Amino acid sequence: MNVILWLIIASLSVAGGGLAVFLWSLRAGQYEDLKGASERILYDE
Amino acid sequence: MSTTYADTAPAFAGTQAAACRHCGEPCPPGALFCCTGCTAAFEIIDGLGLDLYYQRRQLDPTQRPPRPQQQQRYDLQSHIRTRPDGASELLLTVDGVQCGACVWLIEQMLGREPGIVVARVNMTTCRLRLVWQPEAGSAERLVDLVERLGYRLVPFGAERQATETDRTERALVRALAVAGFAAGNVMLLSIGIWAGLTEGMGPATRSLLHWVSALLALPAIAYAGQPFFRSAWHALSHRRTNMDVPISVGVLLVTSLSLVETINGSTHTYFDSAVTLLFFLLIGRVLDQRARGRARETVSRFLALRGGDVAVIAEDGTLLRRQQREVAPGDNVLVGMGERIGVDGVVAHGETLLDTSLVTGEIAPEPAKPGGRVFAGMVNLGPAITITTRATGSATLLAEMARLIEAAEDRRGRHVALADRVARWYTPVVHTAALLTCLAWIATGLPVGEALLIASAVLIITCPCALALAVPAAQVIATGELLRQGILLKSGTALERLAEIDMVVFDKTGTLTEPDLSLVGAPPPDDLRIAASLAAASRHPLTRALVASTGGAMPADGVIEHQGEGLSRMAADGETRLGSAAFIGADAAADTLAGLWLRRPGHTPVHFAFAETARPDAPVVIALLRAMGLSIRLLSGDREGPVHRIAAQLGIDDWQSGCLPKVKLASIEALAQAGHKVLMVGDGLNDAPCLAAAHASMSPASAADLSQTTADLVFQGRALSPVLRAIAVARSTRAVMRQNIALAVVYNILAMPVAASGLVTPWLAAAAMSGSSLLVMANSLRLRGQRAG
Repeated sequence: MNVILWLIIASLSVAGGGLAVFLWSLRAGQYEDLKGASERILYDE
Repeated sequence: MSTTYADTAPAFAGTQAAACRHCGEPCPPGALFCCTGCTAAFEIIDGLGLDLYYQRRQLDPTQRPPRPQQQQRYDLQSHIRTRPDGASELLLTVDGVQCGACVWLIEQMLGREPGIVVARVNMTTCRLRLVWQPEAGSAERLVDLVERLGYRLVPFGAERQATETDRTERALVRALAVAGFAAGNVMLLSIGIWAGLTEGMGPATRSLLHWVSALLALPAIAYAGQPFFRSAWHALSHRRTNMDVPISVGVLLVTSLSLVETINGSTHTYFDSAVTLLFFLLIGRVLDQRARGRARETVSRFLALRGGDVAVIAEDGTLLRRQQREVAPGDNVLVGMGERIGVDGVVAHGETLLDTSLVTGEIAPEPAKPGGRVFAGMVNLGPAITITTRATGSATLLAEMARLIEAAEDRRGRHVALADRVARWYTPVVHTAALLTCLAWIATGLPVGEALLIASAVLIITCPCALALAVPAAQVIATGELLRQGILLKSGTALERLAEIDMVVFDKTGTLTEPDLSLVGAPPPDDLRIAASLAAASRHPLTRALVASTGGAMPADGVIEHQGEGLSRMAADGETRLGSAAFIGADAAADTLAGLWLRRPGHTPVHFAFAETARPDAPVVIALLRAMGLSIRLLSGDREGPVHRIAAQLGIDDWQSGCLPKVKLASIEALAQAGHKVLMVGDGLNDAPCLAAAHASMSPASAADLSQTTADLVFQGRALSPVLRAIAVARSTRAVMRQNIALAVVYNILAMPVAASGLVTPWLAAAAMSGSSLLVMANSLRLRGQRAG
């Protein structure tokens, strides 16, 4: 029983972390120029 | 292109391999560059050590080459925002960005300027964001730096509107992320619960899993359901119903029921169904918003790139570039040859001929004399004139058109979208069925609580997930498909309306005919070649038409543009001039005032006349439209002669000439009253009310601003075939939408008795709902890659 509880908490925190990262990247405007991002990586100095 | 080029310019034949090192266009034998602009651009890039650009870039031959041109000056000051730290910020639309190397070049070059804080090009939206400290100099200087490389920069005016759509889209994506997170996790827990039913899970464990599901689902539904709840509330408060009403009722009911069940510790909860439903629906919403946002953005970019500023003559005689809306009544405005008039007003000085086709639909140029009225959208074909701006207000032509459009839209009434029509009968039927189920079970003696539970199951299983996806799924794919073919869909219900049409009404000028004039007659090839080499240095409509008729030419060195008069070039044997009759000193008759004149030293002046031609594929498109069972009519504001000529050429026997905007509008409305569903295709300002009144409407991208804003669809390119393709896509989209709705309804009809007899378990509900949604999406995907026909 305890195992299930811990597993649920662990999996939810991992998934919640993913959600938080996604929301952060959305807020930071990382999806605003997908076309440019794919080209920019070739020009890094 | 290259063959015509070789025909008209024998001197350069066989030297096609010699391409300009900067812009890649052909250049004279032995030369490295085609013009001085390109030489300068190359020197700038080379001097900065940014030669990597030339190795990395991939020029798209279908796009404008990066050849620096004389640019129209824009008023930048009104677009600059001062930030709290003293830096200035400016958003610009960049024309000419073709690949990643362009982005790199612009950013690198600006980044080396002192005082630049941010210089970032968004390749998706073709926008440059500039932030700079005062030491970087004026905005004009920075813009000029980039324009010297061959790009065009236009201040981006629609900041507010764009951020508004950005915000809605971001809110939807956030809701989608939250719903996806909750749906995945709740579904995972649910699978555990379902497995536990047969594997003998204890009630305490099950209750724990239910509570965890509730903790995940409740906040997620409260957050991600908002777009639906708001829309449903809005519809209900206006005593209407839409698809969001049954969605919201279903989701809220399922959630509260499941919460009660969780508190009571019972076996079944439906949190997974509720969250998955929202997740699927949000996918549709996000895609829909994206597709239409992109179409609207492209239209606004066109308009921004085209709409120039107005040259206002200040009291001390200097020229000020102002934005159109900032010109005050009484201001004097200078309009040079080939320029589009930006204001309504009265001619103060000068005599000229005006191309009024965009305003009246008439192709023959109209003479303008001091005291004559002129309207925004006309093009000055002759020498420069000065216009006194008239009082802006209800008297202007634009205001008159806007009034007609408004009235026409009122009369047309709101087209009820297919999905909303379905929702209109769907909501009452489903809710009555649930109520009857509940009453029937009570009548058989079941306790009220259990009867309510079964009734709720009916609502859950009929929750219109597939039904709500049926229309947007098809629409999103069709919109993307059209966008790829250069057709921009602006209105949500346009495809449905376009599929219903049985008649197409065309405007002539600029719609059936090419937006640009073309050269008539066959002037001596030598004269034509020399004229083209001068004309290539200018971007006025007539010079562009002249260059296009030769299949392309490279500008000669040392061409000087005399604003509003013409072009000249000094050579050893004297001066060559290309321009208006007055500019070259020709003694011209009134009928040859329009067009261009060329004077070469030691030769008599040559006149180049221009006329309209039908779009190349127009006859085929008209024939194919007929084959689709559509009747064709031509309504033009032009005189009988040209209209008859084009109608005969295209095989249209139902035509009418000399139509005033009001007559056109009345004609469209009469057709509507006779039961016809009309597609109006037009480009002129005079067509705008018809575009609003017709059942569906299309405009070419060369159309007047107001027409493009009014039309449901805007198509790009020289061909007329987009009209055909749009109708074909609309028809197949409608077929898929109907199949989708049929699938969803059949599924509901099958599921309802099962639910009403109390046999539905949560896993069955979740599986059935996801299954039907996926089926609908898969069916919609069939629209992808489909060609016309």
